[in-house]
Amino acid sequence: MKPAPFDYVAATDLSEALDALHDGGSDARVIAGGQSLVPMLNMRLARPTTLVDITRIPELSRIEAKGDQIVIGAAVRQATLESWPDLADRLPLVRAAIPWVGHTQLRNRGTVCGSVAHADPSAELPLCLLALGGTVTLRRRRKTRTVAARDFFQGMMSTDLTPGEMITSVSIPARKQGTGYAFREVARRHGDFAIVACAAIARPDGSSALTVGGVADTPQTLDLPADTTDRDDRLNEFAWHLQARDDLHATARYRRDLVRRLGRTTLKEALSCRD
Amino acid sequence: MPRLTKDEKPAVRFTLNGRAVSAEAPPRMLLSDLLRHEIGATGTHVGCEHGVCGACTVQVDGAPVRACLMLAQQAQGCDIRTVEALAEGPDLSPLQAAFREHFALQCGFCTAGILMTFDALFASQPEADEATIREALSGHLCRCTGYAPIVKAALAARNRIKGGPIDA
Repeated sequence: MKPAPFDYVAATDLSEALDALHDGGSDARVIAGGQSLVPMLNMRLARPTTLVDITRIPELSRIEAKGDQIVIGAAVRQATLESWPDLADRLPLVRAAIPWVGHTQLRNRGTVCGSVAHADPSAELPLCLLALGGTVTLRRRRKTRTVAARDFFQGMMSTDLTPGEMITSVSIPARKQGTGYAFREVARRHGDFAIVACAAIARPDGSSALTVGGVADTPQTLDLPADTTDRDDRLNEFAWHLQARDDLHATARYRRDLVRRLGRTTLKEALSCRD
Repeated sequence: MPRLTKDEKPAVRFTLNGRAVSAEAPPRMLLSDLLRHEIGATGTHVGCEHGVCGACTVQVDGAPVRACLMLAQQAQGCDIRTVEALAEGPDLSPLQAAFREHFALQCGFCTAGILMTFDALFASQPEADEATIREALSGHLCRCTGYAPIVKAALAARNRIKGGPIDA
């Protein structure tokens, strides 16, 4: 057995899960799909003393459209969102990005909110949540709070989540009329972690935004007003601003180059697919 | 609420290849270890144990997943299929036979996982094209055979399963 020993609570409703998290204190963790947490357990990078399994809580397994927000519960698997019939119409950016999330065998168990909680800098779903201006709903035993994605992601695998608290859902603004969305990524193999991932949004007034993952500790956004004439210069400045590092997968220079080129292509695609 | 302390070993009950089974597992036991060490179903192989290699892929309620990234306790009540489900007695399944005919395995370490991915793929998408097959295969590492014969075998198996010509 690879993981260090832990107690295990299979919660059947939300209050049970919140009680168990409260009692477990700072060494309790939520497990849902486990596709990020179990590797960390197996390598003993994480050694929680209590795991609270939330996959059997029906109220967390729903995808709901509430006005212009799509609310995705904490136990909703990535594969479930991928096959949600309204995905292409309501969340075209997520539709484009989700095939890049791991491999199909991982999406079959991995959850949307689990990827958000893990906050890997090259993960696609946190990137989409940030790019679209989504929010994260956090609950503890007697308190609920909603945090904007830009405040939730604080650093590499570091978030605003505090002990005793769990994500119950994320809300993502649905597609707006006249807005174009595009997603592009470069990885060594399809399904590997992104070397650079780009999400672009082009608004009806001609302004646009490019959010880039895989380079800085959290995804970062470049806003381009409608009257931008020096886009390539701004992309270049942005590429340097991200302070890319050399690692096993790519050099900093290659990452900067991808930000410039892939960023431009993604922005152009978003501008041309406005409807 | 079911709460288990770290030393408890309650029975996990689930269906394995159509048969009801039960085995004891402490909370930290992985499904891959439960299958191999407690039940003795060693057809499922264990490679990297962090979800990268795909050797331990099994079907849980019809979907291919990594057995090394699932706690045994999470399998409670699930319907699990492993490579042992494919052959009927001495007769290989069409997918297995195609792997043999097209030299799609050498050492065989990665094969059990790949077969479970393709078995699930052809059950849900009998018309899967080569791009879809390659996409599904991208979740597996093979370090000796090479992917070309595996893709060839998968195409042949797809054709055979849907009753078309045997060779792709």
